[in-house]
Amino acid sequence: MTPIVSIWPLAAILVSLLGALPILLSARQPNLRESWTILIALAKLSIVASLLPGVLQGGSYVFTIAEVLPNVPIELRVDALGMIFALVASCLWLFTSIYSIGYMRALNEHAQTRYFASFAVAISATLGVAFAGNLLTMYLFYEMLSLSTYPLVTHEQNAEARASGRKYLTYILGTSIGFALPAMLMTYAVAGTLDFTAGGILAGKASPELLGLLLVLFLFGFAKAGLMPFHGWLPAAMVAPTPVSSFLHGVAVVKAGVFAIFRVVFHILGPETLQAANLSTIITTLASVTLIVASLIALTQDSMKRRLAYSTIGQLSYMVLGAGMLSAVGMLGGVMHLAMHAFGKITLFFCAGAIYVASKKKYISQMDGLGRQMPITFAAFFLGAMSIIGLPPLGGFISKWNLVLGAVDGGQLMLLLVLLTSSLLNAAYFLPVVYRAFFAEPPAGAVVGIKEAPLFCLVPLCLTAFGSLLLFFFHDPLLRLAQLALAP
Amino acid sequence: MTASSLHLFVLVVPLLSALAVNLLGRNSRQWIAPLVLGSLTFSVFASLIVLVRVINQGTLRYTVGNWQPPFGIELVVDPLSALMMVLIAVVALLASFSSLKSVEQELPGREHLFFTLYLILIAGLFGLVLTGDAFNLYVLLEITSITSYGLIAMGRGRAALSSFNYIIMGSIGACFYLLGVGYIYILTGTLNMADIARILPTLNAPVATATAISFSLVGLWIKMAFFPLHTWLPNAYGHAPTGATTMMAPLMTKVTVYLMVRVILSMYTPEQVFTHAWITSSVVWAAALAIICGSAMALAQKDLRRMLTYVIVAEVGYMVGGVFLANANGLTGSILHIVNDALMTLCLFLVVAAIIYRQGSVSLVSLQGIFHRMPVTMAAFTLGAFAMIGVPPTCGFFSKWYLILGGVEAGRWEFVIALVISSLVNAVLFFRIIELAYFGSLADGEHHEHAASERHEAPWWMLKPLVLTAILLIVVGLSTGPLVDNVIRLMIPVGF
Repeated sequence: MTPIVSIWPLAAILVSLLGALPILLSARQPNLRESWTILIALAKLSIVASLLPGVLQGGSYVFTIAEVLPNVPIELRVDALGMIFALVASCLWLFTSIYSIGYMRALNEHAQTRYFASFAVAISATLGVAFAGNLLTMYLFYEMLSLSTYPLVTHEQNAEARASGRKYLTYILGTSIGFALPAMLMTYAVAGTLDFTAGGILAGKASPELLGLLLVLFLFGFAKAGLMPFHGWLPAAMVAPTPVSSFLHGVAVVKAGVFAIFRVVFHILGPETLQAANLSTIITTLASVTLIVASLIALTQDSMKRRLAYSTIGQLSYMVLGAGMLSAVGMLGGVMHLAMHAFGKITLFFCAGAIYVASKKKYISQMDGLGRQMPITFAAFFLGAMSIIGLPPLGGFISKWNLVLGAVDGGQLMLLLVLLTSSLLNAAYFLPVVYRAFFAEPPAGAVVGIKEAPLFCLVPLCLTAFGSLLLFFFHDPLLRLAQLALAP
Repeated sequence: MTASSLHLFVLVVPLLSALAVNLLGRNSRQWIAPLVLGSLTFSVFASLIVLVRVINQGTLRYTVGNWQPPFGIELVVDPLSALMMVLIAVVALLASFSSLKSVEQELPGREHLFFTLYLILIAGLFGLVLTGDAFNLYVLLEITSITSYGLIAMGRGRAALSSFNYIIMGSIGACFYLLGVGYIYILTGTLNMADIARILPTLNAPVATATAISFSLVGLWIKMAFFPLHTWLPNAYGHAPTGATTMMAPLMTKVTVYLMVRVILSMYTPEQVFTHAWITSSVVWAAALAIICGSAMALAQKDLRRMLTYVIVAEVGYMVGGVFLANANGLTGSILHIVNDALMTLCLFLVVAAIIYRQGSVSLVSLQGIFHRMPVTMAAFTLGAFAMIGVPPTCGFFSKWYLILGGVEAGRWEFVIALVISSLVNAVLFFRIIELAYFGSLADGEHHEHAASERHEAPWWMLKPLVLTAILLIVVGLSTGPLVDNVIRLMIPVGF
């Protein structure tokens, strides 16, 4: 199908970028300001959703913003892969916006205007990454995402936030300028284009050595995907307010990294080209190591958010691992896990935030018996955890099942072992939290009178948990999108 | 004013208003601002018209006083010189808003003297990009240098010493250039660039030609502060009156780089300049060193203005290196970077001027928490910083793209690595300041907002051009495609 020229992809990005202005201008009227945020989030979701039917039928939408370099315009293209990411991001941003209101007001946080405005810019950048039509455009929005999230990570403006912000930028900006930019230029010098093309643009143009170099540079260059040893920024970034951690460091930022790796593997280097050069093992090895090590570290973390952060690092590697299998089923599992994990992990982060709002507790060891006082929150936590572990009837099962099939399909028993071990580790670091909350005795002298968090916090986390459940039963549209995304 | 000589008036109007500023401004200050801004606004519009005309009709040639070359002085307006005219006019106009405020504060009673020199300097820069005559170029180079010595010496403290230092280095540079032109005159008997370009290849005098080329290029390198001939620049720009630096830092080095490109393309041929691989190779190495050392020295500074002067030294390395990659992408990158770097530097120095106007100092310590006091200024600073780091879609990214691409194509990995490292160092440099400005002092462990510091934004005269410049950084970045296709590509020799 020939792409349709449409301004709507640009509108989807601009609506929140321009929306930052009314948010800034209504700094003195918090209710009006938050109405803007919700309004923008709804507008954005509807624009993205309006593009869905066309994409499901195999079509795509393009829009050229500017001709900047020969053969490399700044161009938006909505295809199936981008659609998955955009839908997940814009849907979860709506929930996060509602949740933010509850969280920020309950804790009486400072600089809320800056917070909501930066958030709006960050989501614009996220959609830009999703809708980018070539590597340059994606790089542009990727950097915009890094920079717009800096004020969010350092929101607290204390010494710890400062150190974390520094670490955040060093890792993210350092790798993207140091690795991804040179790799992109080398690709351009060889291929003469940077358009995302099914099957890649380097077939027959690059030697296996160059391909390997490019692959490694890209894998580490997009450090938002958290591949070890460039994962250190993610636990550090947990200093941010919880809605930021949940949306950005559970969904938008980290997935932008994984999404970038998907784009590079599927549409720049090309699965067949990589297969022919025997480069699958580089990806799967890096991902497997990260997966196991991150899960092991997660076991040792007592801080709830840090445990979730290390869990995220591990789960991101599932997606990269899927892409690295280079087999149809494996890649399918990787792509689907992007959406499944998003719903599961955001639920978990929302729960962590709700617990903090209601009880000021950050550490798992303090949460004994808390489930009796906050049953809804912990029930949602349980659902989210089940999805991440990959148990039916939750969405995570579908994607992990495909990953396992991919490993079996490729006869890669080592990978199968890695996947199963990791799922056990996932269970080992999540289920004790739920168990202690419901069944352990509260410590003597525990604070009585802890209630569930405010409704603004509680409703979104129930909805996302419910979303995880729905994704198990109604995963057909997602499956269809993923298949379209991988169609040659 | 006939339509065909419009480009001449771009130069003449500021020159005449320099006289008027001196005569009228001596007694009544209120004349100065309208004269300066009026003449430069005229130059902006006139040069834009000239640019459009040149793009549509091709190169314009104009003989001053109708003396035909090779005896008369010829002015040549091709797409590149027209582009430079627009650049100079726009930068000078934007800078002079800020300079008027700075000078009013720093040099009360001497404004008319300052702006006389200021306008002559700008007229000289216009002349430099217009001239088609090698000796005339020397004369104009001296006019701009002498006026800038004067401007720098008007500063306080060690300004006079820095200016003297600059005079010595600048004169040596001028001598080198003049010697080169002397050789050329002996060889060819002409001083007209087009004539030289025609005659020189027909002479079989490789050694003499090489000597001439070396002398003239080294002379220009001293003038543009190319590492290791850069030592005069940080002091000169660091001690000059703020109003002078705001205009000189973006324009002087960039115009000199333009002169290098012009001399290589229009007076010599690229083949003559790039004959010896070991020479081009060592120049690229020197450029890589310039980039690394400039960046490293910038890291060591404790004052924003001095830091930026070292960044300029690194940026000169970008442009010289790009030219000596000796391929089309490198040259495109260098020319594009002349434009982009002028705008980025302008943006950052306008910020410096605004902060100095409000609080008298831009030492890093004094920048703590300044985001809260001057949010708009610092937002523009952040954009300028992004452009320096090379974050798309700001313009700095695109010239860096061409430069790195040229380096990859030429296989000059030392240059590529230097560029990437410099981007990383720039990120450190600027985020260090953004962090200071954003967090403020953490000694009391309080949120900065609770500390007592009132919002005290720069005056509108400084703020508006600053915001406009910051927006220009993105606009120019997004119009890189048309800029390269319609102007810069036309200047790249066929088969280069």
